[in-house]
Amino acid sequence: DNMFPKGTKRKFSDSGEEAVSSGDQGPAAPSAAARTLSSSYSLQRQSLLDMSLIKLQLCHMLVEPNLCRSVLIANTVRQIQEEMTQDGTWQIMTQALAAAQCPTDRLVATEVLCRQTDPAAQAGQSPKPYSVVGVEEGYHSEEVVMEGDVETDVTMSTLSPVSPQLSSASYLAGPFGMGPCWEEEEEDGECEEEEEEDSEECVSEGEEGDGDHLSADSRTGEQVFGTFEIKHPAPPPDPALEELFSDVDPSYYDLDTVLTGMQSAPKMGPYDLLDSLSSHGPTALSSSSSCRSDLNELDHIMEIIVGS
Amino acid sequence: MGEDAESPKINHTFLRDYVTEADVISTVEFNQTGDLLATGDKGGRVVIFQRETEVSLQSVFSSLSALGSRKVNQRRWARQGTLGSTMSTAHKTIKLWKVSERDKRPEGYNLKDEEGRLKDISTITSLQVPVLKPTDLMVEVRPRRVFANGHTYHVNSISVNSDGETYLSADDLRINMWHLGITDRSFNIVDIKPANMEDLTEVITAAEFHPHHCHLFVYSSSKGTLRLCDMRASALCDKHTKLFEEPEDPGNRSFFSEIISSVSDVKFSHSGRYLLTRDYLTAKVWDINMDKGPVETFQVHEYLRSKLCSLYENDCIFDKFECVWNSSDSVIMTGAYNSFFRMFDRETGRGVTLEAWRESSKPRAVLRTRRVYTGGKRRRGDVGVDSLDFTKKILHMAWHPSENIIAIAATNNLYIFQDRVNPETQAQ
Repeated sequence: DNMFPKGTKRKFSDSGEEAVSSGDQGPAAPSAAARTLSSSYSLQRQSLLDMSLIKLQLCHMLVEPNLCRSVLIANTVRQIQEEMTQDGTWQIMTQALAAAQCPTDRLVATEVLCRQTDPAAQAGQSPKPYSVVGVEEGYHSEEVVMEGDVETDVTMSTLSPVSPQLSSASYLAGPFGMGPCWEEEEEDGECEEEEEEDSEECVSEGEEGDGDHLSADSRTGEQVFGTFEIKHPAPPPDPALEELFSDVDPSYYDLDTVLTGMQSAPKMGPYDLLDSLSSHGPTALSSSSSCRSDLNELDHIMEIIVGS
Repeated sequence: MGEDAESPKINHTFLRDYVTEADVISTVEFNQTGDLLATGDKGGRVVIFQRETEVSLQSVFSSLSALGSRKVNQRRWARQGTLGSTMSTAHKTIKLWKVSERDKRPEGYNLKDEEGRLKDISTITSLQVPVLKPTDLMVEVRPRRVFANGHTYHVNSISVNSDGETYLSADDLRINMWHLGITDRSFNIVDIKPANMEDLTEVITAAEFHPHHCHLFVYSSSKGTLRLCDMRASALCDKHTKLFEEPEDPGNRSFFSEIISSVSDVKFSHSGRYLLTRDYLTAKVWDINMDKGPVETFQVHEYLRSKLCSLYENDCIFDKFECVWNSSDSVIMTGAYNSFFRMFDRETGRGVTLEAWRESSKPRAVLRTRRVYTGGKRRRGDVGVDSLDFTKKILHMAWHPSENIIAIAATNNLYIFQDRVNPETQAQ
């Protein structure tokens, strides 16, 4: 069931594969079929991209933080981005987003996710239900035929982390500042990928990538991958295990010793036992509180000795 | 390969299941002799089951004691102690527990009553010394060592070395080696953390020491690779001795290819000659002498390949299934969805599907094989792909070291099955 021409696009497994294959269509309408195929595929790909970005942004809300999962999702986004770059749709999409006067549904979705309490940013923007349709219409008519090598001078327009103030132009948040590591796989090597800077410098004017090499914004990358690092040192090993063992004469671990000692001197009360311990001195029976603490000590010692 | 064929010679008996009190079981492991079975759960408890020593084919594992700790990710048995020591890892802390038998217990505490509740101090009029009274033989588990501060990411694997003295612990980015007796120092042997976390594209998913060669270990990655490392070569084993990777199948390429290639578990065979790996759709056997690709590939649930997008959406695609060898390395086993688990006979290549679900099993019932309907003639009892319950995942399991007894963790239930026809593993 290889619907798509080999070597050009990747398959989408489910979610609405139409049985349209350019190979199956007659020669009568190849371009129409190709465009239909392309838009269906592009829709699915875009949907996957959106889903992945949301997953990444919400990764800190998982019950159990999962670095592996985030890395795999991030890699998926990169793959989609690479493919869209190669067929030019990436550039088209970011241009369309940048030029949009009002935020699209998708941008609102990401903005809602990353919303900070900034009334100025939120003025005039009401959250809408998440929908892919709005943006799809934006560039639907500009589909690029995917067959063969697409010779594009790939310059990425600036991508910035989402911030409420600049949601009109910002789209991709997260660690997709396209650091140099991504370019290792490009055979041409001249893909001048813009690396995004802080949100303040972003694309509100709809600027294109102009080859400036900005330093990668590692903030959002750190936000995603950095949250998995457990920064706080662990509490020290249970003191009950360590300190007690260090203070007490080990012979008191031997229950027989203790019991023998008690049986041979039946008048020896708990306080005598306590006397023998280096960390305790004789305690007077002066108040019920000290009595209680002594009983506590005895039970405590017995607990250590019997190991329960 | 004939899939899901009836295998009349395998006659499994369902013995009993035990519902653990709280949470989902997160790890299952037999000890070296197979007398003890340990489970850990997400509530942080460790439960040890002991095999009753009766001369009978029907061995029963009864729950002995539970001890609280952090959430337990993995557990491995070490050889020390009267019955052994078991190690558990929770988040980034590793604990060594001593398992020992006890047949006496103290009675007569002053401040606690028999149930352990605190007494009202005003009711205490005399002092007594607790005495030890004989009791039923118990196995108790006590924490002995805490190996803390070795990891900044969550530990996914621990593996005790064949030397019985050291063990390794692996998190997403690093592997440390420890001595069982030293808690404040560990030796970092693998570090794949990039200087800039933005450059991170691959993580460590599992690691294990070789069963016989104490200088060899393997670790798997999220990109589907295995790296065999020899600690004699260099102190920091970032450079692998061998890299095992299967070339990608161009016909099956999709955006999910990398995710489904991520190795969720890796296990050396008992012989040490082979490696067993599990990725999302398959289980693979590798010969450690051959790094170009696996020598055997078993389809666990190929019918899910067309559902990957949905499984990505509901995060099931990130589920980490374990895999195990039987004692003679002739059969491998791994889990699936809908409470199903799969066994594959390496010799014939055939697989069977079995189910760990109490509603369909009674004690001593014979497990019948199940089948997922993927086309062709539908048989009674077949389950459609769309009817599969993806919340019922069999992720964790263990195979007895010498007998055909298996332990299957299904959410918060533990199932133990025994092969009554072939209770002992036959030498191959």
